[in-house]
Amino acid sequence: MKLPGVSEFSWRDVATEARLLLIGIPVFLWTMIPIYHMFLFAISPKEDAFSGKLWPDHPTLHNFEIVFKQQHYFLRDFYAQFWNSLVIAAAVGVLTLIIATAAAFSISRLKVPGGRTVLNLALFTYFIPAAFLAVPMYRTMGNYGLLNNHWSLILAMVTIASPYAIWVLKQASDKLPVELDEAAVMDGATTLQIFRLVYLPLMMPSLVAIGTYAVLLAWNEYLYAFLLLSNDREITLPVALGNFLAADDSPWELLMTTGFIYALPPAAVYYAFRRYMVGGLTAGAVKS
Amino acid sequence: MAITLSGDQAIPAPPLSSRLTPAQVWGIVLLAPYLLVFLAFVVYPVCYGLWLARAPSNYVALYNDPIFARAAVNTLIFLVIGINIKMLIALFLSGFFAQQRTWIKWLSVIFILPWAVPSIPTILSVRFMFNPEWGVINHLIFSFTGDDGPNWLNDPTVALTMAIGVHIWKSLPFWTLILITGRLAIPHDLFEAAEVDGASWWQKFRFITWPSMQTLYITCTLLSMIWTLGDFNSVYLLTGGGPADLTHVLATLGIRYLRLDQLSLAMASIVCAMPFVLPLVYFMMKRLSR
Repeated sequence: MKLPGVSEFSWRDVATEARLLLIGIPVFLWTMIPIYHMFLFAISPKEDAFSGKLWPDHPTLHNFEIVFKQQHYFLRDFYAQFWNSLVIAAAVGVLTLIIATAAAFSISRLKVPGGRTVLNLALFTYFIPAAFLAVPMYRTMGNYGLLNNHWSLILAMVTIASPYAIWVLKQASDKLPVELDEAAVMDGATTLQIFRLVYLPLMMPSLVAIGTYAVLLAWNEYLYAFLLLSNDREITLPVALGNFLAADDSPWELLMTTGFIYALPPAAVYYAFRRYMVGGLTAGAVKS
Repeated sequence: MAITLSGDQAIPAPPLSSRLTPAQVWGIVLLAPYLLVFLAFVVYPVCYGLWLARAPSNYVALYNDPIFARAAVNTLIFLVIGINIKMLIALFLSGFFAQQRTWIKWLSVIFILPWAVPSIPTILSVRFMFNPEWGVINHLIFSFTGDDGPNWLNDPTVALTMAIGVHIWKSLPFWTLILITGRLAIPHDLFEAAEVDGASWWQKFRFITWPSMQTLYITCTLLSMIWTLGDFNSVYLLTGGGPADLTHVLATLGIRYLRLDQLSLAMASIVCAMPFVLPLVYFMMKRLSR
């Protein structure tokens, strides 16, 4: 004798689980296929990669060796390009943090006259699609004589990253109690001391999130890098990846290997700072 | 108060620095770096660009360029169809990921990957998957049916659909994540009460989930539309605008004109998009600066 209640309940559970799996499995496949395909190419010899195998007959790390030893025409400047990406991303992160923290402190804590207007202007820039600003930006960088110079890309990316940074940091600093500043002023602290000793330590989580945001934005940027830099030794990795397409007989297995190496740092950073990113950024991204 | 005011007015206006408190002086100093960046890299380029695009002949040239008309239509399809499909899937998946299961927690960690990795290598990976001769898709089609697969990216409709697919692949995790936060903010006892009343799945969505999420959902949809206007990578790296320049969107078209050294046309094509962009931007700013 089965207890109808119990068996019915567990059957319902199985059905729910099955329905969830029916969603979960396609989601997993959809997410992983392009990434798996990239990984597959990275560990496949050319013949295996081009014959549509789902797993290579002879998995190999040879492609990585070619990339790291720069043994291909397309990879001559791999280390220089990797270094360019790294330096530019770091510079954008640091500059954005300095500019945006100062601006947010000024608008939110010091209530500088016109601060509201500046914030609105920044927000406006944030909403202008980056590809639209790229066209006049390209010409402007030419006028400034910065084309093909790393500073052009750094400054362009700071321009794009700052508005969102200011906005998120301003929201975060509005949440700090005013009494903190008042108490510090009572104790005779100067504005700079408040900034350094009270404001910065309390803002740390948001600063980490924004720094990461700016670094990743610059590391991942393709369009601006491709417009502003052209010399093979000055370009960043994504531009070099795009340049592989210039030839008809591109070594796709090497392209995917380089792409895989290029994708690892941001993925690692993202997962390391996920706690900050999700809390700091999604809360700021859209106010519900 | 009135006395001090009239007293102040009697004295000639003091120089700027003495009228400001030290804190305000610091405020201006600290705001100056951003203002400089803004003036040099937003105001100047935009004004210069508008000045370049001032001649009406540019707009006549655009009007006569079939590629521009095609790009405008493609952009509309991308925004109206692509974004709405994406947001509906995100809304659906936010419900899925809000389920309390260990394996769903793990799946959500994996699900974030497309957003966490740079788009260039993954878009190129998709591009090769659909390569007619060597791509894995056509290899599979051949081994199952014995026929050669289609030349995917050579058909403008298929190519644009795939570009939209790549865009969705890349940005779906971000919007799903935001909608999950919205969903988790709904008080749980509402659902419990509905459960007791025997509400169906649809009724719970219709009367509890949707009313509490619709503002967030609409904000997200509009924001995603604005940003997608600037999505250069999905189209450029997958189709390059081809075949025969039939899959351009406004973002890639502007850059195409730029590469052809037709800067004023590039700017004019962007100016043409402004009547659609600016109301959206205005609406978003109203919404976010409440």
